[in-house]
Amino acid sequence: MSLYVRIPFALAALASAAAIAPAHAQQAPIKIGIVSFLTGPAASPFGIPGRNGAEIVLEAFNAGKAPAPFDKVGFGGTKLEAKYVDEAGSVQNVVTEFRNLVQRDQVDAVVGYISSGSCLAVAPVADELKALTVFYDCGTPRIFEEKARSYVFRVSPHATMDGVGAARYLVAKKKNLTSFSGINQNYAWGQDSWRDFAGAMKVLAPKATADKVLFPKLFAGEYGAEISTLLTSKSQAVHTSFWNGDLESFTYQQSARGLDKRMTIIMTTGEAGMWRMRDKLPDGTIIGGRGANGPLARDTDINKWFHQIYMDRYNTPPTYPAYQMAQSLLGLKLAYEKAKKGDAKPTTDEIAAAFKGIEFTGPAGHVKMALGNGHQGITETAYGTYKFNKQKNMPEIVDIMRFPAECVNPPAGIDADKWIADGMKGAKC
Amino acid sequence: MITREKLAGGLAFLFAAAAAPLAPEWVVSLATIAFANALVVLGLVVLWRTGLVSFGQALYYCIGAYTVALIVRWSGFTDAFALVALGGVGAGIVAALVGFLLARYREIFFAMLSLALSMILYGVLVKTETLGSTDGFSVSTPSFLGYRPHGEALGLSLYWFTLAIDAVAAVLVGAYFRSVAGSLATPIRDNEIRVEFLGVSVTRIIHTKVVIAGVLGGLGGALAALTIGHVDPAMSYWTTSGGFVFVTILAGAGSVAAAFVGSLVFEMVRSFAVDIMPGLWQMVLGSVLLLTILFLPDGLGSLVARLRKREEAKP
Repeated sequence: MSLYVRIPFALAALASAAAIAPAHAQQAPIKIGIVSFLTGPAASPFGIPGRNGAEIVLEAFNAGKAPAPFDKVGFGGTKLEAKYVDEAGSVQNVVTEFRNLVQRDQVDAVVGYISSGSCLAVAPVADELKALTVFYDCGTPRIFEEKARSYVFRVSPHATMDGVGAARYLVAKKKNLTSFSGINQNYAWGQDSWRDFAGAMKVLAPKATADKVLFPKLFAGEYGAEISTLLTSKSQAVHTSFWNGDLESFTYQQSARGLDKRMTIIMTTGEAGMWRMRDKLPDGTIIGGRGANGPLARDTDINKWFHQIYMDRYNTPPTYPAYQMAQSLLGLKLAYEKAKKGDAKPTTDEIAAAFKGIEFTGPAGHVKMALGNGHQGITETAYGTYKFNKQKNMPEIVDIMRFPAECVNPPAGIDADKWIADGMKGAKC
Repeated sequence: MITREKLAGGLAFLFAAAAAPLAPEWVVSLATIAFANALVVLGLVVLWRTGLVSFGQALYYCIGAYTVALIVRWSGFTDAFALVALGGVGAGIVAALVGFLLARYREIFFAMLSLALSMILYGVLVKTETLGSTDGFSVSTPSFLGYRPHGEALGLSLYWFTLAIDAVAAVLVGAYFRSVAGSLATPIRDNEIRVEFLGVSVTRIIHTKVVIAGVLGGLGGALAALTIGHVDPAMSYWTTSGGFVFVTILAGAGSVAAAFVGSLVFEMVRSFAVDIMPGLWQMVLGSVLLLTILFLPDGLGSLVARLRKREEAKP
């Protein structure tokens, strides 16, 4: 029997060792590696919507059906071919699979990554391999602040905007705020989100104090003790960057005890979960979606187009990861076409040079690659208040406030943490 | 028999070293990671022979990696030889300290206690925002006694460097297995009291094994940090330890070489599964483990022994 077990091993080893991609022919399609969580807890709220966004946008590109100025077939007339890879696993696996995409599969560009840890680990490797890479969802501003990057881009704005936007919305809506609290997951995303929000509150509402600052562990799922603590607080608002299962557990558990009747909950990523929670999500919750995405996006033609093709295929509205993916692919397409001269395929260096500082308008609004020496995008952001429309049986976001890109993002050359700590100087609102 | 094994090991090592420049770059980087992780597996094999399973080997792996990463971050010192040595020493010191506690426990208590210790480190690192919490931080590229390669040369240098450390570790651990203390592993597993009556301190032997496994774990982590160029607290998480135990089951405790072959096979199967089944690759890994346990309970290493037996049975 052992022999039969041995054969698949040997075959697997041989096949993976021998699968060297053939050299490129001139007419060969442009290969794009799409990396997103396809398994694990981050798959359903972020990974799959991101993947799906890539699928329909790339299909529309290949059919030449995207609205102008994105209406050329594929990238500049050359069709696209996508390869989807799972981001789940250790950072080692993520880096190994990134190398496999670039060196084995010889992709022309990689678009992906949700975890900031993945992005921080992939960025130096991308530069070393001179592989064009666009991060689509990861939030940490450290990517371009720690080091100047040559081949790495991020069209989606970094997470600083989410904390600052939430603080601006809260301060505008609650004039007499004296105290606020926070409940965030105890890992990098939760800690960074709270630091940005609390820092921005210190600047915008210096009289308000942070009362209960809670960091339950990631995927705890049970928040009885935290809710009790929050119920003892006199805070008028509580900030949370929870997502997926944790966000839903917290929402259901707090509703039973009426926390939302005592204080307004601010959910910075609430938009990704509202279509699932529907009427379980309390009215009056302040909702964000990592930018002007989903129902927070402006009612433009390109947004209607994207919303429509996504609805038609997946029967559910696109959430912010799908928007971020679409924006990233649109940016890459424009950069590619800007770099393309004649029929020849542009080199990676030419595309990177064209990508720098590019500006365009996508479903999530106007993007300007303004930070990180032209590698990091900024957009406007929006926050709104949740309302479940019983007549239409549909979630809605009402009372939307928009903040211009320069109002919620640091100016070029200044680190996000420092910008907030120094009083958000230079913000144009 | 021993000389034949040594010869085969030496030839395999030379082949692995010579084949690298001909192999595509991604194979070299995949093999580097596999051979770095193989050191941790080798440490688990050392424990396994005594009937001990550590579900916390990631502790030493993470200490090795963070030792390297922090030295590079704070001092800018990048010599790979010194860094990896320090990673091994750092993990060895921790292993020697926790060994006083661990060496008194057996079976599930040993497994759980080691797991708990690695999770303490994980918890501390997650709370350390200055080190990037769960995002971790990057490690700049190493130099080798003043030589600073880039691109493909860096990949090859790291690979050969890892291979060389593996070879030294394999020879030393092989020698340890043949020593008196090493040979007592199976007797300890079978009947500790009898071994004590021979006049040997079982606790001391297990303490030594914990330290050996710790040093190997630290070396593996240090090499992984240099190869990947990034460290994060997940290196200390229990699933990382679980992954090493997985490879140990796949490889088997039969021989030193099995740890290296098992680790390489595991990385290849994982990478291959991600390639062909992006949404179901964990299932492929699970099936491989299940089939191994069913048909090769002593791991891949036992294949060689089986073949040899079959050969000897021939008239």
